[in-house]
Amino acid sequence: MSLMNRIMGHVYMFVESCAMAIENIMQNRLRSFLTVLGIMIGVTAVIALITTISAVSSSISSSFTSMGAGTMTLTTTGNDLKDGLDEEDMKRIIDIDHIRGLSPSVSLSCTVARENVSETSISVQGTNDTYFEVHEDLVKSGRKLNRIDTENMSRVCLINGDIVESFFYGVSPIGKTIYLNRIQFTIVGIYESDTSIASLLSGSPKILIPYTTALKMNSASLVTNATIYLDSASASKEVQPKLEELLDEIFSYEDETYKITTMESIEETMKTMMSMMSALLGGIASIALVVGGIGIMNMMLTSVTERTVEIGLKKAIGAEPGQIQMQFLIESFLLSMIGGLAGVVLGLILSAIMCHLMGTDFVISYGAIALGVGFSAAVGIIFGWSPARKASRLSPIDALRRM
Amino acid sequence: MQNGKDAASSLKDCFFKMTDIVKKYLLGEEYVTILKGISLEIEEGEFLSVLGPSGSGKSTLMNIIGCLDLPTSGEYILKGNVVLDLDEKELSHIRSKEIGFIFQNSQLLQRMDAMKNVELPLIYAGVRPSERHTRAEEMLCKVGLEDRMHHMPNQLSGGQQQRVAIARALVTRPSLLLADEPTGALDQTTGHQIMDLFHALNQEGHTIIMITHDVNIAKNARRVVNIIDGVMTEAEGEVTFA
Ligand SMILES: Nc1ncnc2c1ncn2[C@@H]1O[C@H](COP(=O)(O)OP(=O)(O)OP(=O)(O)O)[C@@H](O)[C@H]1O
Ligand SMILES: [Mg+2]
Repeated sequence: MSLMNRIMGHVYMFVESCAMAIENIMQNRLRSFLTVLGIMIGVTAVIALITTISAVSSSISSSFTSMGAGTMTLTTTGNDLKDGLDEEDMKRIIDIDHIRGLSPSVSLSCTVARENVSETSISVQGTNDTYFEVHEDLVKSGRKLNRIDTENMSRVCLINGDIVESFFYGVSPIGKTIYLNRIQFTIVGIYESDTSIASLLSGSPKILIPYTTALKMNSASLVTNATIYLDSASASKEVQPKLEELLDEIFSYEDETYKITTMESIEETMKTMMSMMSALLGGIASIALVVGGIGIMNMMLTSVTERTVEIGLKKAIGAEPGQIQMQFLIESFLLSMIGGLAGVVLGLILSAIMCHLMGTDFVISYGAIALGVGFSAAVGIIFGWSPARKASRLSPIDALRRM
Repeated sequence: MQNGKDAASSLKDCFFKMTDIVKKYLLGEEYVTILKGISLEIEEGEFLSVLGPSGSGKSTLMNIIGCLDLPTSGEYILKGNVVLDLDEKELSHIRSKEIGFIFQNSQLLQRMDAMKNVELPLIYAGVRPSERHTRAEEMLCKVGLEDRMHHMPNQLSGGQQQRVAIARALVTRPSLLLADEPTGALDQTTGHQIMDLFHALNQEGHTIIMITHDVNIAKNARRVVNIIDGVMTEAEGEVTFA
């Protein structure tokens, strides 16, 4: 026989084996269905978990890019001589190429009082005019903080909706006075709390005051926290080394005097956490796949025993052991794939529903589909192997004697 | 030591030769010898019948002849192949190419129609589908089942089922047709029809070994050997054939 004929012979054999396998699966519809159920549930769980998690994480990263890209946060611990940045240092930072501006952030926790109402532990933040320039839509009514406020250490503040509600119910607060740690401030504006993840991470303040004023209230003179604004999201790689160089100089080249966090690095961490989570949950779900595989193995073993005579007869009329093995392997592979594909469809439907409920965009994860399909193929072959091998090794005479 | 070249050429020419075939089975702790040194030589085109009482070892011998089982000791050459030297895969090739089996109770696959049953050996031999169909059809016509091709086995009579089994055995054009009690389950008339078919096939040149415990059936063959308690003897006198 020529090589071509031999190859075609295998092809015909393969096609025929598939047909026989399908016929056998259809012959025992209920049993096949119950067997397939295990794999289906496993794949459904894997797909639903992974797709949902990746949808959530992609929606998180898109909110990062929309709100946090192009900013860096700087935290300084400084050295013995100097624990933060002074005016001069901040000017030098702003002079670095691609840095658009800098806003210090000086956090305070204040007791806020007006007339006979008072509340403790209100988060107050000292900032500057740059902050308002960057967040253009921040102020709802009244005015922004300006350079004069910071230069003069003015006792002016902007308050958010929470404070308006607690202290100025039914009254216009602008122009009114309020006491922060017993110091009198004039309210110049109302702002809307920034809901970006970046500011949620740092805890969003309820009252904004000039940072110079805040420093004085803290009995400090140096800024230890600041947000740096870049002129483009992609500039951070270029800016970071220059910034580090400058900060090294400011803090006399001592180790660990400051920390720069880019939004990209936070996003990176979030992504790692998400993928670890999906790996963990996916791993748990894949236990269901193993259980499904055992179900398939069980069914195949039963099937081999039931079809002993058939196998013996086929061997007697010339079937090679390998051909018998292939036929059973195809059968378990198909069973598993049927379960796997049904699981993929169900899993996608389920994750679409979950994404809808959580309000995130549903994104089909092709990786998860490939994983589900690949997993079920592997399960079919791995768990079908030993029954198929058992079938191929049946002795034809023993089989035929049972007739 | 024999001359190597001579041995090789005589091996190649050899159609069927069994020498001192012994088959033992382990029963409990003891070996029982079922075939006690059987020697048999067959020419191409012969029609041989193996006659013996129940339990004499006929089916055991047929399984060895059909390469389904290997003897405990002895030598067996079939179409130039030293059967005892072959591995599982090679044995299955011999079964596929050289041997056509007809079992005692026809042994069709119940879930396939007559046509598919006949096609089955060709599937394992890797024959192209279109050729498979024509050859199976041809064989079913030959055994007189042209109008029963797509009947399921349970829709066929015992004799018809046996014809399907014969068609299946012949479809690979084997060198050797092996039949174990081919008429065992059939009435006399149907048995005769099957025997007529065997005669016709033998006339066409098919080599046939038929196993039976029925002297009248055995007489159909040109040559009869007796097997009693695992020992083979050539039947006395030539049996006349029709
Ligand atoms: N696997 C086995 N293990 C042990 N003994 C066996 C085995 N196979 C066959 N035998 C024994 O070998 C003997 C011959 O069996 P065999 O099937 O060859 O008889 P037979 O001549 O075909 O009989 P029948 O005409 O009834 O079919 C029987 O006594 C049987 O018990
Ligand atoms: Mg027998």
